[in-house]
Amino acid sequence: MLDLKNIAFHAENESGTVQIIRDISLHIDAQKFVVITGPNGGGKSTLAKLIAGIEPLTEGSVIFDGEDITGLSMTDRAKRGIGFAFQQPVRFKGLTVLDLLRIAAGKTITVSEACEYLSEVGLCAKDYIHREVNASLSGGELKRIEIATILARDVKLAIFDEPEAGIDLWSFQNLIRIFEKMRESSSGRSILVISHQERILNIADEIIVLAEGKILKQGPKDTILPEIIGTQYTADVCRKLT
Amino acid sequence: MNMDAIQKQLLQEVADLHDIPEGAYNLRANGESVGRQSTANIEIVSKTEGSGIDIHIKPGTKKESVHIPVVLSESGLKETVYNDFFVGDDCDVLIVAGCGIDNCGTQDSEHDGIHRFYVGKNAKIRYVEKHYGSGSGDGKRILNPVTEVYMEEGSTMEMEMVQIKGVDSTERTTIAKLAADAKLVVRERLMTHGEQRASSIYKVELTGDGSSADVVSRSVARDRSYQKLDMCIIGNAACSGHTECDSIIMDEGRILAVPSLEANSVDAALVHEAAIGKIAGDQIIKLMTLGLTEAEAEEQIINGFLK
Repeated sequence: MLDLKNIAFHAENESGTVQIIRDISLHIDAQKFVVITGPNGGGKSTLAKLIAGIEPLTEGSVIFDGEDITGLSMTDRAKRGIGFAFQQPVRFKGLTVLDLLRIAAGKTITVSEACEYLSEVGLCAKDYIHREVNASLSGGELKRIEIATILARDVKLAIFDEPEAGIDLWSFQNLIRIFEKMRESSSGRSILVISHQERILNIADEIIVLAEGKILKQGPKDTILPEIIGTQYTADVCRKLT
Repeated sequence: MNMDAIQKQLLQEVADLHDIPEGAYNLRANGESVGRQSTANIEIVSKTEGSGIDIHIKPGTKKESVHIPVVLSESGLKETVYNDFFVGDDCDVLIVAGCGIDNCGTQDSEHDGIHRFYVGKNAKIRYVEKHYGSGSGDGKRILNPVTEVYMEEGSTMEMEMVQIKGVDSTERTTIAKLAADAKLVVRERLMTHGEQRASSIYKVELTGDGSSADVVSRSVARDRSYQKLDMCIIGNAACSGHTECDSIIMDEGRILAVPSLEANSVDAALVHEAAIGKIAGDQIIKLMTLGLTEAEAEEQIINGFLK
């Protein structure tokens, strides 16, 4: 499904070159639920963006479904089936929720189809479908709409960058349910989530711990989770959200 | 009704009309009236002096519409037309105006329409005005509309003003005077491209207690085009006014936004907002991760913004 081969990402700042991602190699199988965790500033979000093509690789290559997509734009990667849910979803003046879901689906879906995606993420469809994706929506509402755009796309690899950030406890419960449901659906889809949340880590097949741009630990949930629980790499849901 | 294919296309762009509209209408093509219909409640008559028409809408007329589109397809034609609307008390009507110019020649074509609305007590008007230009000639397509609105007590007017494509030069002026409890809502959408210049001026005077105005303009300036948005609300009574210019600039586009307020009564509550900026990079990135190209993403963002 996805192979990262010796990838690196360097950025420039005032003090020179900073190595954000250092020589990471990684394999993700089809139909796996993988959670990347680790301390803030360890390179998690950058890694996710490198896979989606939002940031360019400095070194290495990305192989997706047997194809080298290293040189492809984010548009082409999206077309090949990579979906990306942003940590801080973007607002659009004028574009409605329905418009956004239609763009995501890549075709003219009916209002009732669009409503199904919204219901999936716990939003009452008729209240939201014609609303603009603008500042009138709360952070939690935006987050759910962001996730609905991924559901509408029917991707092969869905990447979620800190989906729990900025949502309330009720939404968080719902989020877990969405992930469990996505995981159960046997479409061969893999899910890659950047998260600190123990409850998200707990439904993972595999956990990757990333720190200082390198993979610190990687393996099945049952092996990795006991090693990291209660450390800086995980956050208890109530502690983090209250 | 004699209209050629280009004229019919223009008619569709400015009035969403494929054919003869229902209700009252006056169609003007290349400086002449080519079709007109009055109804029992709406009478359209030519002005005895000068060019233009008077539209008389009987008091109490409800759920009727008037279409008065204008199309110009002859290069070099310049005209100034006066259309006066006399809307009786307690009416509830839709008025669709608009002008389409197709200029394939080398001479400038210009239509200056002066619309005056005398809106009776408690009448409710929805007014839609679209401007559109097409044609590949060097001659300019020029539209300078003037809209004057005089609103009596308790009347309501919603105005939708749209100019999205193809007009080289425009200076649109809208003046409104509102009596007590009258309400004016304006939604303007403007897009300029190429070397176009557009100037949009609003002067809304709230003279009666309880009157209100909400004037919102969304605009996009592309290529090397220039826009000036000058929106002024004057409050002379216990009234409320809000004006907003929200603009996107692209390429080498330029915009001057001049929202202004004048309060002449201690009970006037007036607000203005103005924002100009380019399309946010993260909006484009989000749509690209949904599979759109950069150009497609920009189009979607602009279409949504101007919708």
